[in-house]
Amino acid sequence: MNEKLNSSPADNDAADSIRYVNLYDSGEKIYTRRITGFYQKLRRYTGLPLIIAYVLMPWLTIDGRPAILFDLPERKFHILWSTFWPHDGMYLAWLLIISAFLLFTVTVLVGRVWCGFTCPQTVWTQMFIWAEHVCQGDRNKRMKLDAQPWNLEKVARKGGTQAIWITIALITALTFVGYFYPIRSLIYDLVTFQSELAPAFWVLFFAGATYMNAGFLREQVCKYMCPYARFQSVMYDKDTLAVSYNALRGEQRGARKVDEDYKAKGLGDCIDCSWCVQVCPVDIDIRDGLQPECIDCGLCVDACNSVMDKMGYERGLISFTTEDAIANGRTKIFRPRLLGYALVLIAMISVFSYSITTRVPLGLEVLRDRGVRMYRIAGDDVQNVYTLKIHNMDGKTHIYDVEASGDYPFDVQGYRPVPVEDGEILSIPVRVVVNRKELKDVQTEVNITVTARDNPELSVSHEASYIGPKR
Amino acid sequence: MGIFWNFWIIGLTLTNLVLLLWVLLANRKVAVSDQDDEENRTTGHVYDGIEEYDNPLPRWWFNLFIATFIFTAIYLALYPGLGSWKGLLGWTSVNELRGDQQQAEARYADTFGIYSQMPIEELAQDPEAMKMGLRLFSNNCAVCHGADGGGNFGFPNLTDKDWIYGGSAEKILETITHGRQAVMPAWGSILGESKVVDVTEYVLQVGGREHDPVRANAGAAIFAQNCAVCHAADATGNHQLGAPNLADNIWLYGGEAQDIRQTVRQGRNGIMPAQKELLKADRIHLLAAYVYSLSLDYEE
Repeated sequence: MNEKLNSSPADNDAADSIRYVNLYDSGEKIYTRRITGFYQKLRRYTGLPLIIAYVLMPWLTIDGRPAILFDLPERKFHILWSTFWPHDGMYLAWLLIISAFLLFTVTVLVGRVWCGFTCPQTVWTQMFIWAEHVCQGDRNKRMKLDAQPWNLEKVARKGGTQAIWITIALITALTFVGYFYPIRSLIYDLVTFQSELAPAFWVLFFAGATYMNAGFLREQVCKYMCPYARFQSVMYDKDTLAVSYNALRGEQRGARKVDEDYKAKGLGDCIDCSWCVQVCPVDIDIRDGLQPECIDCGLCVDACNSVMDKMGYERGLISFTTEDAIANGRTKIFRPRLLGYALVLIAMISVFSYSITTRVPLGLEVLRDRGVRMYRIAGDDVQNVYTLKIHNMDGKTHIYDVEASGDYPFDVQGYRPVPVEDGEILSIPVRVVVNRKELKDVQTEVNITVTARDNPELSVSHEASYIGPKR
Repeated sequence: MGIFWNFWIIGLTLTNLVLLLWVLLANRKVAVSDQDDEENRTTGHVYDGIEEYDNPLPRWWFNLFIATFIFTAIYLALYPGLGSWKGLLGWTSVNELRGDQQQAEARYADTFGIYSQMPIEELAQDPEAMKMGLRLFSNNCAVCHGADGGGNFGFPNLTDKDWIYGGSAEKILETITHGRQAVMPAWGSILGESKVVDVTEYVLQVGGREHDPVRANAGAAIFAQNCAVCHAADATGNHQLGAPNLADNIWLYGGEAQDIRQTVRQGRNGIMPAQKELLKADRIHLLAAYVYSLSLDYEE
């Protein structure tokens, strides 16, 4: 234990420097320094296609309706060529479970890349910071601008920032509401002031939420609200990729002249320029080790690499690497935990795809009639009455036939076929009849099958109990 | 509401509000003023080395509570909440119900309006109208007559051609609108058990069921004397009086000898409730068309 502590001064530091966070203090504003580099570009080029897809998707149409539309009043979710109904809620649940497992798997393998590169909270914050940068300049200028009294320039710069922020927030909100309300008529109605109250309200609501989240809350959402950061340690192991500071190489940190023999002075490669802190969107010092606040965005890696280049040192003092790689120089990728997650994930995705593709767009419920008696005797026949709920989810009108089968020669009577429109649920009563002499059981099962007249593939069966008189 | 309960509710509501406000304000500041002393900053509760700080509510949280009080004040002013205070908006649940009902009426008026202009016989052939009729039937009639209209013990089958009060469109409409009250008197004490058995055997004979020919013969005279007035001399019934046809082997209260004896002995009282006030003319018109349509497919 002692030996380990001695070998890694950063560990010592981390242990000593327990930080106390006072939740009563209002958050300090973070001014991030702009940096260019590999991870900054990676961030931009993963974020951009996602945003473009997000903005464009509501505009796609299929068969004259939006390709993706979550129609809440009609309780229909249109996703490409499929339509999902309230009773398909299981699919949504499974999709979320699969997403969660995907997140776990990715986290075990490459750490919190979701946070740094794709999470809307981060991506929108990044866009808002970009707006600040365009209108007010880099870190130092922004700090100076905030400190100086109001003048025309400050008003112009701050106003410009706000204009861009509000534009981004409005586009975001319009797009978001566009997933629930056809976006063309939404925009037309809003522009011509004909909109109903609800869509207009939600556009303003989400614009406000975007503005607040990306403009002001920013990293506080990650630090204090997001649960993912809190359980990252459960998924991390020593072979998980994470942004790490190589303390062995960096310590003892300190300022030095460029051509000085710093090693003789007992200094490590870290020149303590604090650029890694200045670029950090969550305002942490990565040199303190792995922290729940770190979103794995890699900006400090870019910052440090650029400094290392200037100093003529080797890159990678701060890098995406694993604990194992720093300590032992190797990383074990295939670990039981990762394989376990991956297996579960593959199994769930397979079952999910199978059940989605083999879904029959026809719903059937069979309700036994709750009359005065369990069964009815009419002449020589025994009758049981069922109410069928036939739900047409196929996108066009069908006429359905009803058959009954079982251990006895059941016959369906009193069913008058009527056209069932798309999305309609037809509740229709049928009599299932069997000759009294033939029926040998007091209770048996009857299988009721509903089939589309024009498409035998559209067929669903449902079992119900059939009750006859005591013999 | 009596004067006591009036003040009871006002008092209870206001007292609770004041108490809650007091609890909130009393906890706004930390009890001990000397917060710089490390001793005073915790409550003294320690669990697993974790100490509990003695802090007031965060301001945003405190303000949320204040907001609820403001909401309460506005709510109690606008809506009835304080005893017999009616509220400034004059809101009542009955008015809300009326409003909803009016909205619903307006919404359905078009559809029902068109259907109520169509003759029942024509309406019975309209699949869309019949879907609506089916829903009305399921909600209002199926409990007794069965989901398929096939009837139950004591509730007539509506899918056959045997009608107690007549199966024409007008008669069906009349039955649903005004209801029916069928009275089969109890004959047990008038005829005596022996004659009850005789007349039952005769009814079985007329209905084409197994019977004792000797007793049925005796029963024929009793039938002619007592039953033919309503059920007609040939036992085919009378739509005017609602006397069922006994000759078609369709039995409302069971066709076994014991069932018929019971009917003769104790009598029967069938009640079809009037729907005039419950469903209104438009719906009854549609419902009559649906009931009319039920027996269209019937084959002997």
